[in-house]
Amino acid sequence: MSEQHIKLPEGSIEKTTTTLNLGPTHPATHGVMQNILELDGERIVSTEQTIGYIHRAFEKIAERRPLYQITPLTDRLNYCSAPLNNMGWHLTCEKLLGVSTPKRVDYLRVIVMELARISDHLICNSIVGVDSGAYTGFLYVMQYRELIYEIYEEICGSRLTTNIGRIGGFERNFNDIAFQKIEKFLDEYPRVLKEFENLFTRNRIFMDRLIGAGPISAERALNYGFTGPNLRAAGVDYDVRISNPYSSYQDFDFSVPVGTTGDCYDRFLVRNEEMWQSLSIIRQAMQKLTEFKGAEADVYHADVPEYYLPKKEDVYTKMEALIWHFKIIMGEIDMPKGEVYHSIEAANGELGYYMISDGGRAPARLHFRRPCFIYYQAYEELTKGSMLSDAIIVMSSLNLIAGEMDA
Amino acid sequence: MQLTNRAKPVDRRPMNAIERLYLWNILKGMMITIRHFFKKKATIQYPEQKRPFSQVFRGLHILNRDEEGRERCTACGLCAVACPAEAITMEAAEREPGEENLYREEKYAARYEINMLRCIFCGYCEEACPKDAIYLSQTFAPANYGRSGFIYKKQDLLIPNPVEDPEGFKKAQGEIARK
Ligand code: SF4
Ligand code: SF4
Repeated sequence: MSEQHIKLPEGSIEKTTTTLNLGPTHPATHGVMQNILELDGERIVSTEQTIGYIHRAFEKIAERRPLYQITPLTDRLNYCSAPLNNMGWHLTCEKLLGVSTPKRVDYLRVIVMELARISDHLICNSIVGVDSGAYTGFLYVMQYRELIYEIYEEICGSRLTTNIGRIGGFERNFNDIAFQKIEKFLDEYPRVLKEFENLFTRNRIFMDRLIGAGPISAERALNYGFTGPNLRAAGVDYDVRISNPYSSYQDFDFSVPVGTTGDCYDRFLVRNEEMWQSLSIIRQAMQKLTEFKGAEADVYHADVPEYYLPKKEDVYTKMEALIWHFKIIMGEIDMPKGEVYHSIEAANGELGYYMISDGGRAPARLHFRRPCFIYYQAYEELTKGSMLSDAIIVMSSLNLIAGEMDA
Repeated sequence: MQLTNRAKPVDRRPMNAIERLYLWNILKGMMITIRHFFKKKATIQYPEQKRPFSQVFRGLHILNRDEEGRERCTACGLCAVACPAEAITMEAAEREPGEENLYREEKYAARYEINMLRCIFCGYCEEACPKDAIYLSQTFAPANYGRSGFIYKKQDLLIPNPVEDPEGFKKAQGEIARK
């Protein structure tokens, strides 16, 4: 409590603090989440988080769905980077089914995943700008996120809720336009990111605003279970892509940016640097793709006849293909019994899928480890004692996404 | 804490004398803004202008006909099974003698409805159809006055009959062929 605090007469039941409902529908929360703040003037005394405003019972729905129908559900976790969620889910299914994917599929996946990471970090960082009063950067980079969305559209036909890829690979091969668009993006994006950094990174107004806002120590972050950019900003170089490589990430050379204090500025810098690293990963993947020759250069899915749909021409003409087609679509194939946990480095941190299968046609139990849910627990610790306007910046720099928080 | 040998500390040096100047920061920002002022506009004048979609775009559904104008759908129900949003409803009926010019197979969908408010445009129905009958077109953003208007009936979904409207049929076929 501050010095100039109002003194109430003895025995008064009047409150000396103000209660402020930040959310659930508030333009600054960027999603449906509620914070009940107790304010002493501008200073936050305590906060209380409520969740569940867009709880859609995905884990329960998934218990009655064949594996392929769960992919569209994962789209809606972190909707800023839906392809990452989709890929994580496919990798989990493949782990349970024991499918190994060809290298080319892995590299194509890496390209899509890193594009998604860039678009997610771009949104997050530019929103930090918006919340600290700089709308300009957001406006300028949005058109380049559009380039990424156009690439998704070329591959899967949709832009936001992508439902991209299938168990074992992709639904179709990347066409030439998709590759041209990726090249174009690789060409244009560095200049844009440079300009974005020019606007923000060494800008005094921005630095003054962010440095020291919402810091967390490495120890506390680990205790909470932080992962991803938010943990790296606190100084722990934990990255699932390195510690537990999936989708052939071990073939790529990239570094892990780490911060020191774990404040908003560190998180901003870490995300910015990760975008550069992602760009370099995509370049390496594009380079590796050119090394496939002959029939290998057209592989876009693994050979999993029990889960990957047969070609449409065969379905129209051949009985056997038609039977498989029916079996897969109706979800009539029993899964192997077992338990799997697979996690990927999603844009926001470690996104894990824990699936228990009792040998039926749908998962017996499925749990999503959503990083946002964990970050939100630390929100009170990060904002207590700071100003109200810092609370907003902390929220956006943790990249709290309601869809991922609530599942 | 060090877990890998790939850590790279971010550049967090303190501000230097020039960076401390507010005026310099404002100037720098203004320069970027002014440069953008003279750049080509990124926006388009929707709805007069539309951006080209990819060939595999997932928009509103259409039900296909064959060259003689017969409905292809045989009411097998696979699309409804595949639909994660449970948006498709259908009723099957048997083809009577004399209706061969209307329906391609012996069984057809007497009623076929897609609730566009439920649909999430995932594209699974198109993938599931073994009869080349349902496709997602490039049309999107439907508008209507009431909820019931979003439940698309078979007649709303079917593409034009080549006998009555060869032009329209050709256009729809062109859209399908690109898939
Ligand atoms: S696009 Fe997906 S949600 Fe829509 S009707 Fe087809 S299967 Fe159902
Ligand atoms: S549209 Fe295709 S999948 Fe759906 S009922 Fe008709 S034939 Fe079967």
